[in-house]
Amino acid sequence: MSRPVLLATPRSSRPPDPGANPAKVSFQAMSFSYRERKALSGVTLEVPEKRVTAIIGPSGCGKSTLIKSINRIAEVGTDVRVEGRVELEGLDIYAPGTDLVDLRRRVGMLFQKPNPFPKTIFENVAFGPRIHGSAGATDLEAVVEKSLRQAALWEEVRDRLHSPALELSGGQQQRLCLARVLAVDPEVILMDEPCSALDPISTARIEELIEELRQSYTVVIVTHNMQQAARVSDRTAFLLNGELVEVGETEKIFTNPSDRRTEDYITGRFG
Amino acid sequence: MKRRLAQILALSALRGIALAVLLTTLLMLASIAIGGASSISWEFLTAEPVEGMTRGGIFPAIFGTVCITLLMIVLALPLGVCAAIYMVEYAGNSVLSRVIRASVNNLAGVPSIVFGLFGVGFFVLFVGRSLDKVRGGGLLFGQPAMLWAAATLAVLVLPVIIVNTAEALTAVPRSHREASFALGATRWQTVRRVVLPQARSGILTGSILSISRGAGETAPILFTGCAYFLPRLPLVHLEIPFTGLSVPMVNPLDQFMELSYHIFIMATQSTDAAATRPIQYGTTLVLVGLTFLLNISAIFLRVRYRRALEAR
Repeated sequence: MSRPVLLATPRSSRPPDPGANPAKVSFQAMSFSYRERKALSGVTLEVPEKRVTAIIGPSGCGKSTLIKSINRIAEVGTDVRVEGRVELEGLDIYAPGTDLVDLRRRVGMLFQKPNPFPKTIFENVAFGPRIHGSAGATDLEAVVEKSLRQAALWEEVRDRLHSPALELSGGQQQRLCLARVLAVDPEVILMDEPCSALDPISTARIEELIEELRQSYTVVIVTHNMQQAARVSDRTAFLLNGELVEVGETEKIFTNPSDRRTEDYITGRFG
Repeated sequence: MKRRLAQILALSALRGIALAVLLTTLLMLASIAIGGASSISWEFLTAEPVEGMTRGGIFPAIFGTVCITLLMIVLALPLGVCAAIYMVEYAGNSVLSRVIRASVNNLAGVPSIVFGLFGVGFFVLFVGRSLDKVRGGGLLFGQPAMLWAAATLAVLVLPVIIVNTAEALTAVPRSHREASFALGATRWQTVRRVVLPQARSGILTGSILSISRGAGETAPILFTGCAYFLPRLPLVHLEIPFTGLSVPMVNPLDQFMELSYHIFIMATQSTDAAATRPIQYGTTLVLVGLTFLLNISAIFLRVRYRRALEAR
């Protein structure tokens, strides 16, 4: 059996055992169906705290559904059926009576296409704190500045906080969306192919940000781009046809996968 | 060669039809303007009809039209917008919401005279008489009045407002709703802070257009409140306690004159229809002018709305 060709070298600065952190999110034999289509079947997966977990797999394999099930956005505007469990710190998030507002405050999300509201830059970041009533008027400005700094956008927009967010470039808009998420002080940040609409330079900036975010947040990123998964993540999960094929340290998945299908996918034989 | 000929023929036919529509409109407007211009004067706009309505002005009818249109807006707009918000944002695609949607669409196709009869039967005779029974004493609510006429018109424009508002709400990108939900906003917070601000001008544009349609309707108010001849204004004087002063207020329980109804009776019911012809033209011109004002404001809003969309 030939060794798979490595697409990108995972950074060596990784802690030796990234899976050792306690699980922040865990899937237990979870199946997820839309009205007529089964999207995920029997997924069991642990997402360690304060680590970056990448989800890779070909189009339609259920990657998006998997992360959108963590903040229960997948079910908006449609009927879904969920079996098994998804837990956030041991709490079953699909239990009846789950407080979705609280869940989504704790689990933020960055979407595939930057989707700032047609409001000012300031109002976009202030949206979360406003709806949660978590900051007073003076605090609000501090929260907005802090979030924009965290998203590495402050220097570029500090003089035009009150101009429309839609005047920003695509990459800036995505960082604004990240600031908007950070402003509600989440514990987990989900990213659904956050760079697929961005140019390489903007992509690099987002990747740098992910590196910083892993100090304090649990990040789950879906990506089409295997080099990106190798660059930014500690752990990688490979999904195929709604099933979890393999999960492990990113370095291992990309250098020495145990499943033949993983090897075929990362070496570009399909997908 | 044959294909080319067909092309030319089809194009000319389409162009001709489009021109015919334009010409009809222009002819109609021109005939109204030419016939009515001579009767428009300060007196015509501000005085009451005199001498069996063959002379004098139409002020009570203008006043009545403005009052009933405003009252109709107050009754229909909040109701219609709320119904549309429920349909689009809350009901989803359930059986109930599909039934509501279908009935709203059907309601929009009901002839206006049916609304007029419904108005008499429901508002005047049922609601009004019931209120009178509860109140005791003589007839107060249970007779044709501005309130019931406005309510009937409101029911007439309601489905159109709902359909237009629903369209404006659906035009707000799904990604903005998702972003809002993902930040932990409730459905109501999402509607109020994300969806409505974006849909506002679309809702206004659509509503104004439907209201301008309602404002020119005759059949719904025929039996529910407008008067053949009422030279006084439908006002009531409210006394301010201890001051001895009184302020005039529109009395929604009074009858009123209205422009389109005024045209109708002068053209068909007058003892001397020929003598009132200039007044008919003048009244029509005023009515068309008023609805035109509403339409202009809708167009103005739409242009602004489009600019805002393009800026996205």
